[in-house]
Amino acid sequence: MDQVGHKKNGDRRGAQSALGRGLGWMSLGLGASQVLAPRPANRWVGVREGNVATPAMFVVGVRELLSGMGILRSRHPQRWLWARVLGDVADLALLSYVVHMRRAAKLGNPRTTFAMALVGGVLVTDAVAAARETKRSARPRKRKAREHFKRTITVRRPPEEVYHFWRNFENLSKFMENVVLVTPVGHRRSHWVVQGPLGKAIEWDAEITDDEPGRRIAWRSVEGAEVLNMGTVEFLPAPGDKGTEVHVDIRYEAPGGKAGVAVAKALLKEPGQNVQADLRRLKQVLETGEVVHSDASVQPGPHPARPGGIGMGTRVPPTAH
Amino acid sequence: MKALCWMGKKDVRIDEVPEPIILNQRDAIVKVSSTAICGSDLHLYNGFIPSMMRGDVLGHEFMGEVVEVGSRVNNLQIGDRVVVPFPIACGACTACEQELYSLCENSNPNAGMAEKMWGHSPAGLFGYSHLLGGFAGGQAEYVRVPFADVGPIKVPNSLSDEQVLLLSDVLPTGYMGADLCALKPSDVVAVWGAGPVGQMAIASARLLGAHKIIAIDRIPYRLDMARDMAGADVVINYDEQDVVEALQELTGGRGPDACIDSVGLEAHSHGLVYAYDKIKQSLRQQTDRPTALREAIRACRNGGVVSVIGVYGGFIDKFPMGAVVNRSLTIKAGQCHVQRYTKILLEQLEKGNLDPSFVVTHRMRLEDASAGYDVFLHKQDECMKVVLKAD
Repeated sequence: MDQVGHKKNGDRRGAQSALGRGLGWMSLGLGASQVLAPRPANRWVGVREGNVATPAMFVVGVRELLSGMGILRSRHPQRWLWARVLGDVADLALLSYVVHMRRAAKLGNPRTTFAMALVGGVLVTDAVAAARETKRSARPRKRKAREHFKRTITVRRPPEEVYHFWRNFENLSKFMENVVLVTPVGHRRSHWVVQGPLGKAIEWDAEITDDEPGRRIAWRSVEGAEVLNMGTVEFLPAPGDKGTEVHVDIRYEAPGGKAGVAVAKALLKEPGQNVQADLRRLKQVLETGEVVHSDASVQPGPHPARPGGIGMGTRVPPTAH
Repeated sequence: MKALCWMGKKDVRIDEVPEPIILNQRDAIVKVSSTAICGSDLHLYNGFIPSMMRGDVLGHEFMGEVVEVGSRVNNLQIGDRVVVPFPIACGACTACEQELYSLCENSNPNAGMAEKMWGHSPAGLFGYSHLLGGFAGGQAEYVRVPFADVGPIKVPNSLSDEQVLLLSDVLPTGYMGADLCALKPSDVVAVWGAGPVGQMAIASARLLGAHKIIAIDRIPYRLDMARDMAGADVVINYDEQDVVEALQELTGGRGPDACIDSVGLEAHSHGLVYAYDKIKQSLRQQTDRPTALREAIRACRNGGVVSVIGVYGGFIDKFPMGAVVNRSLTIKAGQCHVQRYTKILLEQLEKGNLDPSFVVTHRMRLEDASAGYDVFLHKQDECMKVVLKAD
């Protein structure tokens, strides 16, 4: 089913397996208690208090917290799970040192031995989880360079008028932000020049695949276009005397390969928002005659709301003087 | 030219900025003669409104002389003396056609930002953050006025600046507050907040023929002005009395038929609820303090109207929705649709039925604007409204 509005498709973060996630949360819980209560934690594992013991437990706690966060939030959770495995080895080493020292003093070690057994078990679990996540991440992830969305706006003009305005290719650059120029090539074809990333111009040809005067235009980019795009725009009468509901349905597809994807990503940064802004400009042009500017909106980049003045980078619209 | 710029919380300064230019063909450039500081400017000053940038020019209550017009402006000529409404309205969209000018669908270039915040975007405003368009404001020597064929109204030389300047904001705002109440001659109206907008709401309720008008505030000089100048019948000082109880007494137990909130998001009160609101606000858990609004809802007569013209920006906590539903209350609200009221109010001014200039207590030069904000904020020197002369 088509989506209304655009959904953020998953850049997946954190471990994907239940085991991995469980270990992540366990790390957080354990780390929190080790950081907040290092002395009781030491007592639990049978380590006697001393100058080194408390800070050491604190550091271990910090390490646990970091692992937990990494496992749950990182884009490479398998690295953090392997880090856990190393941490377990380090813990075993520490605990065996404690056992050794206590044995030398002829003291028993029931707690510490038990703790070592636990850590040993956790080590195996961590290793399994890490292996699982590593295998998962090695699978090629489908790079989504495909976008599909719908946007709509109501314009207080009759559908025939809005249709005619849109159908005249030369009007498109008046309200479509990145579009520099659209020139007709025959009746149903057009040549598009669009501002791409880093000021580079991107060009392609598009052709109209369906044309219902006063109602609907469908178009598709011609083969060979860097970014395949196709869409429809419908002009439906709005209820009462509200004018026309303009419904746009657009699909973009980058054919693959790094260049295509990069172009698509740059062009399509928040594409839904760009289309909505274009529709707003369409409405302004049709209802008020011009795209409406504010003192801040004509300045390039973030700029305080104050007059820019000529020669201060103000993008004075072409019809202004 | 000199302009008053927002430099940060509690920091406004006169700065030298370029003069405005025509950007759209329905623009006019106005040379400012007088401009006022609004209570909502204080929300900007105190840092409550998001999307402000260091250097933004403030001010949305201004008037002056037309010095340049775009090629599609036919109603104004160079030299005309005009007062400019604070919302920017195109006159051609459905909202403008319905006289909901502060909801103009075309005048906010940053509509996407406002949509994220509120669901849909209202009109752009002069000098009131990037969320509302990023338009430079009128506390300056010159202002660019978009849609000059819709907003600015020509005013006769027989009326002084101080008499007509308030047509830009506070007078129509107070009037709309009263208008939204759909007042009947038997109605009792209670107005929370005796600042300039509250004073105008009281005066408007008087003009519209309310039976009894009650003003609520805690500053004695403001209550005095409400009674002596604006036309309130009774004043309640909430430092000295329980407001809801007093209102019950004044209305035979019914409650006021209409309640006007001209206080807004920086409401002040006493007790635990106020402390709760302040703490939540400081922790950014609540953006606005609705103390006056809650009280108005509580006091209002069953089936009555609560008219909200005080400015709110975001979200409030502990809203008495139960009272609203169980007692059939109507809440009407909005940023004033100034263009709807300017003609009729100017007529009233010309006839002498209304003279809002009584609220102007302080007059300064534009260059001293920073001091003006200070005295207005702290209500020093019996300050009610500060007018800045720019020419």
